[in-house]
Amino acid sequence: MYTQGLDTLGADCLHTQQADSAALEERFQLRIDAEERIEPKDWMPDAYRQTLIRQISQHAHSEIVGMLPEGNWITRAPTLRRKAVLIAKVQDEGGHGAYLYSAAETLGVSRDELLDQLLSGAAKYSSIFNYPTPTWADVGAIGWLVDGAAIMNQIPICRCSYGPYARAMVRICKEESFHQRQGFEIMMTLANGTPEQRRMAQEALDRWWWPSLMMFGPNDAASKHTAQSMRWKIKRFSNDELRQKFVDITVPQAEFLGLKVPDPDLRWDPDEQHYRYGTIDWSEFQQVLKGNGPCNRERLEARRRAHEEGRWVREAAMAYAQKQRRREQAA
Amino acid sequence: MTQQNQWPLYEVFIRARSGLEHKHVGSLHAADSNMAIEHARDLYTRRQEGVSIWVVPSAQIVASDPADTDALFEPAKDKVYRHPTFYAIPDEVKNL
Repeated sequence: MYTQGLDTLGADCLHTQQADSAALEERFQLRIDAEERIEPKDWMPDAYRQTLIRQISQHAHSEIVGMLPEGNWITRAPTLRRKAVLIAKVQDEGGHGAYLYSAAETLGVSRDELLDQLLSGAAKYSSIFNYPTPTWADVGAIGWLVDGAAIMNQIPICRCSYGPYARAMVRICKEESFHQRQGFEIMMTLANGTPEQRRMAQEALDRWWWPSLMMFGPNDAASKHTAQSMRWKIKRFSNDELRQKFVDITVPQAEFLGLKVPDPDLRWDPDEQHYRYGTIDWSEFQQVLKGNGPCNRERLEARRRAHEEGRWVREAAMAYAQKQRRREQAA
Repeated sequence: MTQQNQWPLYEVFIRARSGLEHKHVGSLHAADSNMAIEHARDLYTRRQEGVSIWVVPSAQIVASDPADTDALFEPAKDKVYRHPTFYAIPDEVKNL
């Protein structure tokens, strides 16, 4: 979203003196505190810029890699309706990736650099997409739980202090709601089906429940970026707050489906009006994050292959555009 | 890929329905303007968000500098007499 012409930074950005920079930083924080939005050409602390580039690009990569586990089922969707819906959903995820890459580019990083970071393995993406989708029920569970957790994370980002990120997120959130509902509908159909279908639904919930809770990131005490991100209003709620909200709304949905949440410690706390859940196995999260999840290698391999196999198309399109321009100029 | 081969950036403007203005919705990369229109169709109108698309090479946009904000916009601040509410008209006068 608007770089280039807008990509010459404002005069404020040229201040280099130490004293200037402290004053600018103070003014910046005052603008944030006053709920003003920061736009691409505005002065911003370098750490704010870097934090946003990291967060937005990780988010973009997650959307793109997230197309893979579900794309796996497009050719085997059980009906034409399910297939049309799944194609539309996967296309949306690609679109979300594109909105987010554009938002990251407004911060002065190029699309190619971002792609390089993903393909070289330097950049992270949501660890949830390193889990496999062995059955059709996994497609339902992803829509219901993974997109549900994503919505919980993303709605507060619609009010993020950085304008282009917030605007991309408004668009994304509008589209995610369809994703979650189609997933729940798949689970509902299976849960009301044959005993075998019920079992498929239960096993998918068993597989996706804990990884979905991990999507909110480490516990607050262990989250190194949270405090500063909240001061900058990039983040509005802590990881644990969002995780709790997700558990509170999702447990009754599982009950409606007649499925059992795979957590022996789960119980309703009437005093606090919250569900209490068991301890998350963070060693699993760390392992998947480090690249040792079930599908890490396969996911990156698929992205690299797609990038390489598409290279001639990108280059041919560019060569054609250049030829057309030369012809126009000659005419 | 070399810098030369990077598809340029376009800004996208969509008219939601006839009677409304085109509104900036975001940006995308495309090899040329025709491809930019096609990508904009796929990226920004999957749910009937528009009936018309404009694309503009981002490099062609000239923008004001936020550091000039005061110089540009401050002079309008003390000219409240440009607004109709500046003028006190007695209640019994109608249609004004």
